[in-house]
Amino acid sequence: MIKTILASVTWRDAAVFGAMAMAIAAFAAQNARAASPQDMLKKFQAEAQKAGDFPAGGFSAKRGKAFFLARHAGGKPATPSCTTCHTDSPLKAGKTRTGKVIQPMAISRTPDRYSDPEKVAKWFRRNCKSVLGRECTPREKGDFLAYMLSQ
Amino acid sequence: MRTLTLTLAATAIAIALAAPAGADERYPPVSDPLTKKECGECHMAFQPAFLPARSWDRIMKTLSDHFGEDASLPADKTEAIRKYLTANAADKLWRSKMMRGVRKDWTPLRITELPRWKHEHDKEVSPRRWKDPKVGSKANCLACHRHAEKGYYDDD
Repeated sequence: MIKTILASVTWRDAAVFGAMAMAIAAFAAQNARAASPQDMLKKFQAEAQKAGDFPAGGFSAKRGKAFFLARHAGGKPATPSCTTCHTDSPLKAGKTRTGKVIQPMAISRTPDRYSDPEKVAKWFRRNCKSVLGRECTPREKGDFLAYMLSQ
Repeated sequence: MRTLTLTLAATAIAIALAAPAGADERYPPVSDPLTKKECGECHMAFQPAFLPARSWDRIMKTLSDHFGEDASLPADKTEAIRKYLTANAADKLWRSKMMRGVRKDWTPLRITELPRWKHEHDKEVSPRRWKDPKVGSKANCLACHRHAEKGYYDDD
């Protein structure tokens, strides 16, 4: 029985099957990454609630703005603030130390931001450590994102 | 006989095209998509042939303090990039110019420390040009080398 089935499988069948499997895998990979900025907000809300640090009025763009503009202590002296690299306006493009342009942080200017959870996590982790010398709390991340989504 | 002649002619043309006279500052471009993406988020993804394998190894093992920046990545990505960079490093090439004057017991961490890099830039580029805001940093190859990402550095 198995032998008969195997014998009837041609190279073409194998190729078609392989292509289908790859298409499914590619779709799954893309789906795993795709999330909306709203999904990111919900994620930070869940994390903040778990930590008992979700503000009564929800995340606030106003607090996010103050956080973005503030000069923080505890981080690296060269990067006291988000604005060191991102400029003081989320609508403007920033610059890395090596001279590479950073697309504006505001969702209105860079619409594909905040929809790749891995990328969002990576940059909060790196930049919070540089600027504040620690990870940001879910509440800080939520306020920051609320500010960027309002711009 | 005719086939042989044609083959020889084609080979000669291919060699001539691959290495035009004077164009000696060419390096294979970054071919690994992950390396290009992750390294390229903060600076141009430098060609692996700019540093010896031991340098890439050290750099990829100290990403959490990468010239003062936290450039850390998940372990699987770090390892994949490390493998690509070390496999295509300067000392894996035949007679790489970047390896000139690089002693075996030295692990340079900056491309700009290499004697070859200094030789090509020190006399030619004045301190004033380095301070130009459009340049900003010696890591910003693209400020002057427009085709740097393609591994072409002869346009100076």
